[in-house]
Amino acid sequence: MIGTNEKVAAIVEKYDGNCDSLISILQDVQSEYHYLSEDAVREVAGLLGLPLIQVYGVATFFKAFSLEPRGKHIVSVCMGTACHVRNAQSVLDEVERKLGIGVGETTQDMEYTLETVNCLGACALGPIVVVDDKYNSQMSSRKVKKILGK
Amino acid sequence: MVELTINGIKTRVFEGTTVLEAAQEMGTIIPTLCHHEGLTPYGACRICIVEVVKGDRSSLEASCTLPVEEGQVILTDSERVKKRRKVIMELLLSSCPNSKTLQDMAANMGVNEVRFTIKDRECILCGLCVRYCKEQMQSGGIGFVGRGTSRRVATAFGVTPEECRGCGGCEWICPVCERACTAGNLVNGLCGGCQNLVPVETCPICIGCSESVTPSGHRVY
Amino acid sequence: MVVSIKIASAAELEQLRSRIVAGHDPDRLCVVTSVGTCGLACGAGEVADALSKALADFGINDSVDIRTTGCHGFCEIEPVVVIYPERILYQHVTPEDVPEIVSESVVNKRVIERLLYRDPSTGESITHEQDIPFYQKQKRLSLDNNRLIDPTNIDDYIALGGYSALAKALFKSQPEQIIEEIKKSGLRGRGGGGFPTGRKWESVRNAHSYDGVRYVICNADEGDPGAYMDRSLLEGNPHSVIEGMIIGAYAIGAHDGYVYVRHEYPLAVQNVTIALEQAREHGLLGEDILGSGFDFDIKISRGGGAFICGESTALMASLEGKIGEPRAKHIHTSESGLYGRPSDLNNVETWANVPLIINRGADRYSQIGTEGSKGTKIFSLVGKINNTGLVEVPMGMPLKEIVFDIGGGIPNGKKFKAVQTGGPSGGCIPESLIDLPVDFDRLAEAGSIMGSGGMIVMDEDTCMVDVARYFVNFLTEESCGKCVPCREGLDRMLDILTAITEGRGKDGDIELMEELGETIKDTALCALGTSAPNPVLSTIRYFRDEYEAHIQKKRCPAGVCKSLITFTIDEEKCTGCTVCAKECPQGAISGEKKEPHVIDQTKCIKCGLCRDNCKFDAVIVS
Repeated sequence: MIGTNEKVAAIVEKYDGNCDSLISILQDVQSEYHYLSEDAVREVAGLLGLPLIQVYGVATFFKAFSLEPRGKHIVSVCMGTACHVRNAQSVLDEVERKLGIGVGETTQDMEYTLETVNCLGACALGPIVVVDDKYNSQMSSRKVKKILGK
Repeated sequence: MVELTINGIKTRVFEGTTVLEAAQEMGTIIPTLCHHEGLTPYGACRICIVEVVKGDRSSLEASCTLPVEEGQVILTDSERVKKRRKVIMELLLSSCPNSKTLQDMAANMGVNEVRFTIKDRECILCGLCVRYCKEQMQSGGIGFVGRGTSRRVATAFGVTPEECRGCGGCEWICPVCERACTAGNLVNGLCGGCQNLVPVETCPICIGCSESVTPSGHRVY
Repeated sequence: MVVSIKIASAAELEQLRSRIVAGHDPDRLCVVTSVGTCGLACGAGEVADALSKALADFGINDSVDIRTTGCHGFCEIEPVVVIYPERILYQHVTPEDVPEIVSESVVNKRVIERLLYRDPSTGESITHEQDIPFYQKQKRLSLDNNRLIDPTNIDDYIALGGYSALAKALFKSQPEQIIEEIKKSGLRGRGGGGFPTGRKWESVRNAHSYDGVRYVICNADEGDPGAYMDRSLLEGNPHSVIEGMIIGAYAIGAHDGYVYVRHEYPLAVQNVTIALEQAREHGLLGEDILGSGFDFDIKISRGGGAFICGESTALMASLEGKIGEPRAKHIHTSESGLYGRPSDLNNVETWANVPLIINRGADRYSQIGTEGSKGTKIFSLVGKINNTGLVEVPMGMPLKEIVFDIGGGIPNGKKFKAVQTGGPSGGCIPESLIDLPVDFDRLAEAGSIMGSGGMIVMDEDTCMVDVARYFVNFLTEESCGKCVPCREGLDRMLDILTAITEGRGKDGDIELMEELGETIKDTALCALGTSAPNPVLSTIRYFRDEYEAHIQKKRCPAGVCKSLITFTIDEEKCTGCTVCAKECPQGAISGEKKEPHVIDQTKCIKCGLCRDNCKFDAVIVS
């Protein structure tokens, strides 16, 4: 993909080509492209001089990374303990029903990707659903359709 | 030199030796799976656990990664060790039920039943292949991918890596994939045939051990 | 605004402090609103914007200050607006309330009754922040300053005495003396391990390093779901942590530090980044700190979404750009940690306690708390509790006081059942132990741990088997997968628990889980694994009857496990309003208008939408 290499190179440059910053580099690449493409992963490995399998291993180990293209809107449901005790599971079930996809999946029209998070740290106000960086607190299955605009 | 006691017997070894090595030097047998003399110890399978006694308390540690210490008291086959090893063995079998190596080991320990759900991963994630490729062949083309129960040994993006030398070492060193037992429907029970070494003609079911070659053709990797 | 000047001595720091304090008029009106993550989650950002606009509209933005701070800790009442100097507190503020607040309370000095905090037990409204029982019963040594500080302005921190502990440490003590002081204070790690901090510092200082390099690291991974005290400190008072780290680095002899923040905390990363920049500009970080000749700087590193990276060896692997795979700790990280050098890893709250100890002195500090657990601890009190929020109390306070006196008890008149402490590595404390003093050792005796301080309160409607299943599920997702007992053991434990919650439990399941749990505890490679069975073993210990009900009677006494409950409509109460039928995603409810409705059990998926929407309480769960 023309252009990927330049942007990726700039990101690696920002971290002085430091191998230890691999996780931060991948996070910035993912922020830029919404996911980690095979090209981007290979480019990062090449620029850092790291074995490809090591970069691939890191990209598949950490939950923050997605090697699959993600939808335009990311919906994250917090499944932390405090949220769970306040019935986060039924909120998640409702989101799955409304979007018609399961956790980790993206809608056919590439509009929505559904993810879960194991604690956002806003525990007093759970359950929490984040849509595109906007936090929605004290969620219930009733409120789901409003925040999804469906 | 460091002096420690293993199973009541005092021994002296060089500093930097692991408890497993010290025990093996004495001729004590400790079961291992993810350990290989020529590769760095990993401590993943936990089958080599031993009991480390400190006063009136004790803990279990993997002997392959445990450095020897002056005055250490080690028990390699205590009741507690045996009890825990058996459950670990069951867990190993539940995730790789068709491995003859594992079944031999289990039979030797007296494990004849697997009480957990069988999920055949065809791999125990011991990492020997990964370490062989990296340390022995200096290639490092395969590695661990994913996390938790999704963790597996793979290549990046599923293609043969540039670094691969085609040496076959990864297959050779694998402790579980060399022979498979294909006897019937071994869902929860083991026949224990490996331990008993029942002669071919009287085997109630084929267990594919090296002593037999059956017309039905047992699968050998 | 922040004026950057490099402070070159302790005297200059004091001069700067005096100048800032002199510039503060204590009688000047200041409207404070907290914009930590939880505040923002319920609209505090919009409230803050509305406040700015309203002050400008009224033409008083030159005479009235506005300050945005981090979390104050009483999250239940967010968004919150406090008017200084009187400290009139308004709760649940919406942007629509703001013009009234400015015109009534700021301009005309009148109190708006409807926005005041109401004490749930007395029904009385309370005007002033300091009179609120939730705050009164706490001892907020670390957290209190959150209400006074704009985390993006270092001047606020300096005005309150910030960095005076650093000056004291650098110019009035030797590194060994600082370590002695921390040892004497009895400070124990606040991240979960509870290891004596002074001893850790000492071993890192004394460990051999072939090139003399040592590291100090701040563990801001805070992976325990339900715990967010570190987030609050980092967002609201990052300098308290930074100051602690500089003092620690000086004591240990380290010149490089790292703050490893979980990637799910973007605001914390942002505020720490700003704080580090400002500290550098002021000569408090970097080369020749305060003219002392001591060099030290801190880098921020983000996590990638892995609970295991809260474990010290996995964290350090992650800092090196590798996967978060732990290693056996026969060789401690204090001797060989990050890049094989001696490394000191401490939790955020531990670091925040350091300037406190240096300023107060170890003797005074150690008078707070119990014999084995000194100082205060911040707990996140969440779940089925009236006053959810962050609670800072002296170690040794009885659990009952925390839950009932500060927490305000259980909402909706429900009965208390248990408190889960220590997150996924901990256990539950049942009603019979409600008088337990909360400190490291007493919690351990009861089969739980302090952990990072998460306290999840549970009531009669919480199913303990479901809770156990939740934690094991969490841990199977977070397991790194290296060792067999954790990877396979927890997975099979989850299978058994899931079967039990779905009515497929068998006799012998409890005993099997006990055996499996004890094995994992004994043989797993790292602390995630060895502590993973705790929630299961602890709930079996105190709530065995619930497990037995699920297994033998196929019943869920708390009414939670979907396969074991049925939703029916009470004919007497149903008014036939048809709301439930419209809400039902499966179209399982039928009935004529004004006639009692009926749920088709073959279609019902137990989602609970009908019960949530019914205004007449007509849906029964059994």
